[in-house]
Amino acid sequence: MLKLDNIKTYYGNIQALKGISLEVKKGEIICLIGANGAGKSTTLMSISGIEPPRSGSIFLEGIDITGMPAHQIVTMGLSQVPEGRRIFPQLSVLENLDMGAYLRRDKEEQKRDLEYVFDLFPILSQRRNQSGGTLSGGEQQMLAISRALMAKPRILLMDEPSLGLAPIIVQQIFGIITRINKEQGTTIFLVEQNANQALKIADRGYVLQNGMIVKSDTSSALMADEEVKNAYLGV
Amino acid sequence: MNKIIQEIKKSVLSALWLMILTFPIMVIKVNSYEGVVLWRWKNLMWIGIGTFFLSWLWRFLLDRKENGPGESKPDADRDGKFSLRKALGERKVKIPTLAVLAILVLAFPFMVKFYQVGIMTSALMFVILGLGLNIVIGYGGLLHLGYAAFYAMGAYTYGLMYLYWGLPFWAALPLGAVSGAVFGIVIGVPVLRLRGDYLAIVTLAFGEISRLLLENMSGFTKGPEGIAQIPRPGFFVKLSLQGATTYLFYICIVLVLFAIFVIRRLEDSRIGRALEAMKEDDIAAQSMGIDLAKTKLITFALGAVWAGMVGVVLAAKTTYINPGSFTLMESVMILVAVVLGGTGSIPGVILGAFLVTLIPEYFRALADYRMLMFGVALVVMSIFRPQGIIPRVRKRYLVGEDKS
Repeated sequence: MLKLDNIKTYYGNIQALKGISLEVKKGEIICLIGANGAGKSTTLMSISGIEPPRSGSIFLEGIDITGMPAHQIVTMGLSQVPEGRRIFPQLSVLENLDMGAYLRRDKEEQKRDLEYVFDLFPILSQRRNQSGGTLSGGEQQMLAISRALMAKPRILLMDEPSLGLAPIIVQQIFGIITRINKEQGTTIFLVEQNANQALKIADRGYVLQNGMIVKSDTSSALMADEEVKNAYLGV
Repeated sequence: MNKIIQEIKKSVLSALWLMILTFPIMVIKVNSYEGVVLWRWKNLMWIGIGTFFLSWLWRFLLDRKENGPGESKPDADRDGKFSLRKALGERKVKIPTLAVLAILVLAFPFMVKFYQVGIMTSALMFVILGLGLNIVIGYGGLLHLGYAAFYAMGAYTYGLMYLYWGLPFWAALPLGAVSGAVFGIVIGVPVLRLRGDYLAIVTLAFGEISRLLLENMSGFTKGPEGIAQIPRPGFFVKLSLQGATTYLFYICIVLVLFAIFVIRRLEDSRIGRALEAMKEDDIAAQSMGIDLAKTKLITFALGAVWAGMVGVVLAAKTTYINPGSFTLMESVMILVAVVLGGTGSIPGVILGAFLVTLIPEYFRALADYRMLMFGVALVVMSIFRPQGIIPRVRKRYLVGEDKS
């Protein structure tokens, strides 16, 4: 589905990614874990075209999308939940969701998808006419996920969906991520600091350190790994 | 009691501060003819007393704004009260109001002195400029400080095309719009990656560069001496000065209506939604599949079209143009009209444009202080009503039971 081949991304002269290769297969939940500044968000931004890599190539369903502008990558069925949610604060919940479906013209199916996200997050349905900016952190995260879903992506990139949320909400959100994966068949690529939770729902995981992938394995193997345990799981 | 003493202390301090600050200009006056220094201590006293009370008033207003004169009511609770906006929204009131307004506007040139028609035309031109800049700033959220360059582009389109090819007004008007749009895109391309303060600085620079180019390409544009004797538009026959001015007044009215129509359509369109998203959060907008580069260029072009047309009207109205009419000051005045009236709000911008042009015109005595007045107005507005005199009411579509 998604393949990264030796991606190198720079911010000015600073190299953030030092050659990243990874693969996400169709229908999988993959998580990328790592410490602050390891390059997790940069990896996502490189994939979605917001910070294009300087070298290497990215393939989405066999098509080379390296260097393609961000808005065009969205049309190829890749959608992302950006870090820090980035919902539109002045727009209502409904308008935010509508913005997620900006590229779509199929009104009927949009309605069905709207029903689906309201079913996933009933609270959003209650707050549909409220401004996005007045939602709580957890609700905003739900809105950001729903908005990305409204684009009907085949692959969904998520940047730290658990950031700044109460543990109970985190559990709820991770539960929903699995649900989306199972029910819609959406492939999910998750970037998380909360490695414990992320590995629990993921099929496989990659460990990122200083812009390089240092480990990759199935989730259960990673959770059993001594180094990963010490560094990221805190047990 | 303690509070009053504190308030007095604060006011005394501000009075002292302003007395020291204005001491050199308000107190000392050198009479170079007689070689003596006049010490006008009386001025100092007035400043002290004035500041003392004004600062008290200022803090009182600030306090009232923060804590409110009681409970501040959310919009939903205003149902019972009379609201002008709501009243105007009702058909029964709306249609007669519009009809009276239309008659007044149509009859205006015949009700007042000829001189007034000219002033009103200038004000209307400013309204269109404000509406145009409002697309860029209010909808696109791009702070543009070189708007006068688009204006100049329109004026020079007519001026130069008349000079070299003898083009008439009606041919120049659409061409002015086109050249404005093209120039908007040309300027837009290099600033695509900029936002916020950087965008403001670069557009400001572009505005000045365009003016300097017009000034220095003397061979082509006639430089600072400008282009003179540009014809006013004729109505099948050549019109008298009076006739042509009245005619231009009506042209401006039509342009204003046209601008309002286009902008309202724009708000509801797909581009309007893209603009909204871009203004709110450009990275998120990109992730929604919105082409930022294209949207920004469209914004600039849509904004510049109006300036281009008004430029042609200006050339026709004054029959003389030179680069001096398109300085940074001009851009700033248009910006003031937009911000004062209400960024993003059509009635707000119209009111703002009228205020900015008509107040200095009718209060000639204050004309010297107009910059001071606008400065004070902007400071006061930004504290007490940052959203403008008539704030924007964004249309929202509401679904479900809780139509709050």
